[in-house]
Amino acid sequence: MSDPDPAAPTGPLLEVEDLCTSFATERGVVRAVDGVSLTLDRGKTLGVVGESGSGKTVLSRSIMNLLPTRGVTRTGSVRMEGREILDLPSREMRDYWGAQMAMIFQDPMTSLNPVMKIGKQITEAIRQHLNVSRSYANELAESLLASVRIPEPSTRLREYPHQLSGGMRQRVCIAIALACGPKLLFADEPTTALDVTVQAQVLDLIARQQVERFMAMVLVTHDLGVVAGRAAEIAVMYAGRIVERAPTSVLFSEMKMPYSEALLGSIPKLEEHSHSRLATIPGRPPNLANPPAGCKFAPRCRYVQERCLDEEPPLTAAGSPGHEYRCWFPVGTPEGKEALERNEREGRLPQAATAAPA
Amino acid sequence: MPESRPDPRGAAPGPGGGGIEAPSEILRRDDEAEQLSVEGDAGLLGVGAVAAGAEGKGVRRGGRLSVAAWVAIGWMALVVVIAVLAKTGLVTWGDPQNSIASCALKGPFAKAGTAPGHPLGCDSIGRDMMARLALGAWESLLVSVGAVTLGFVVGGGLGLIAGYFGGVADSFLTGVFNVLLSVPAIVLALALVAFLQGSPENANSSVLPDWLVLIIAIGVVSIPLVGRISRASALSWTQRDFVLAARAQGAKHGRIMVRELLPNVAPAMFSIALLGIAIAIVAEGTLAILGVGVKPPTPSWGNIIALDRGYLLQAPYIVFEPSILIFFTVLALNYLGDVVRTRFDVRESGI
Repeated sequence: MSDPDPAAPTGPLLEVEDLCTSFATERGVVRAVDGVSLTLDRGKTLGVVGESGSGKTVLSRSIMNLLPTRGVTRTGSVRMEGREILDLPSREMRDYWGAQMAMIFQDPMTSLNPVMKIGKQITEAIRQHLNVSRSYANELAESLLASVRIPEPSTRLREYPHQLSGGMRQRVCIAIALACGPKLLFADEPTTALDVTVQAQVLDLIARQQVERFMAMVLVTHDLGVVAGRAAEIAVMYAGRIVERAPTSVLFSEMKMPYSEALLGSIPKLEEHSHSRLATIPGRPPNLANPPAGCKFAPRCRYVQERCLDEEPPLTAAGSPGHEYRCWFPVGTPEGKEALERNEREGRLPQAATAAPA
Repeated sequence: MPESRPDPRGAAPGPGGGGIEAPSEILRRDDEAEQLSVEGDAGLLGVGAVAAGAEGKGVRRGGRLSVAAWVAIGWMALVVVIAVLAKTGLVTWGDPQNSIASCALKGPFAKAGTAPGHPLGCDSIGRDMMARLALGAWESLLVSVGAVTLGFVVGGGLGLIAGYFGGVADSFLTGVFNVLLSVPAIVLALALVAFLQGSPENANSSVLPDWLVLIIAIGVVSIPLVGRISRASALSWTQRDFVLAARAQGAKHGRIMVRELLPNVAPAMFSIALLGIAIAIVAEGTLAILGVGVKPPTPSWGNIIALDRGYLLQAPYIVFEPSILIFFTVLALNYLGDVVRTRFDVRESGI
């Protein structure tokens, strides 16, 4: 792996190598995460992008070891500050959970206990990990609420989740996640359930806290726009695999993977006429219990050729450092252009793909 | 979003949420129970908390208590006060054990056969009905409340464990519940009483007092029922994100069960427990009729009926008086169960 390696004397914070997570289901074994490798340095942000069912959420839960134990198999390696944590029993993982790594969930409506006061929910973890007095934990909770910009924190501590709005609840969730000063934060679509007007506020808040605490973050989202200005590096996931990975600026300027292009294409453009047809990616993600033989994206791809259906492309290094992709006919290369033109000539484009912008 | 978001107040909780196997009445309550949450800790305190909760700070829900609710509360308070007074002997309504032959089978109404000084009449051997009913209230309440407490603590706890851990623990406990449920309740209770009391010829050799034997027998019978309800409820709450969130913060299993799950499961269980008391009072009466209830001469509502049921035609009041008391008490408890359930039904939409 090519690492820029900034001021991290003891190596990267998180190293994931060839992580595979599979679920035993009635329909067969589903490989929800399939050979994912990634590295994350202290204080950096990795954006993980993909559509529903691409394995983003399972990936973050696999790394944190939060999946149920029954019917779930994980192989590969997850190292936190050099220590292998993949096979740690939950008894030992508890020292990591909350204290070293924490998670913000998608839906603040369900990730807070409806019958426990806000203050109690924050101090629970503080008291467990930090061994401080009740009154000190309360003070800490109050300052945490203040730091996530909740007005009148001392009043809010005594309130129940249903007395807060969605944005406020997500701030509380952030405060809980930050309570024990984790080094690594997983934000699993933290703004998906929120009002658009609150989304930017919450994301900015997370970013500010991240800088202040020099905390690394894995920001999982389906929205390339969310990670564009916030992540140093972006990994695009499809069908449980990383299909393209690059530093953010490189990804947007030298995008190689047709799937990334299609994702970007499906963001509505401001300059388009109102009522113009929204670009979509035709088809749906493959059934992971029985995935296609070749490239997993081939059935939906505008660049698809015979080869794509038979052979799965490996993760190939591109020109820029740290840029990798999985494609035989990458976007922006002569082969890719030729493949697209041939498909257009022969009318082999997947349905509705013609509407996607070039 | 990978999975569709469950409507926070909607139907369809997680799989297994409904407890398919539970009796329909309980099933309905259970389904609703999953949507319950509680304003404060008041839900766990007892009947009195119903009134207290209404005046509690914060948003009031459901408005004032209805007249019927106050009547139910008043009735239960009256029964409890009378029972305590009779047991402690602070106020006496006559001697429950002293039999006056001339008063035997003298009822409260018939002029010729009325026993003066005995407003509710006397039983078949001339003991004052009022005194016996008052003391019987104590025995009946003691047994039923005790049995329900035992059943809910043990059954509720086991159900919580089964629902939270799932897997082997769940299969094992659900299996045990099913086996216990498949033994007819009355037979199981009879067997337990026989086992705990020793042989009938040697009834007085029992190490345990009557009331404790009955508490254990009725309590154990209720364990699988309560366990299944609690399991179903715990199962659906376990699948909520806040349980995962607590785990992601490093909370231990015990803490998650006690701090995260129990407060969510408890309000629903509490309202079912009130109904359980009603059922246990009737169960004690049933056991009394079968001859294994509270041992005479100590009266309970059940054994007053059981002892003199042969005089139903001659002196119907002997059977009717405790029956009416049981009727109103069961009605009041049923009503209070509903009140508690709706009162703590803090759905998000209601705010």
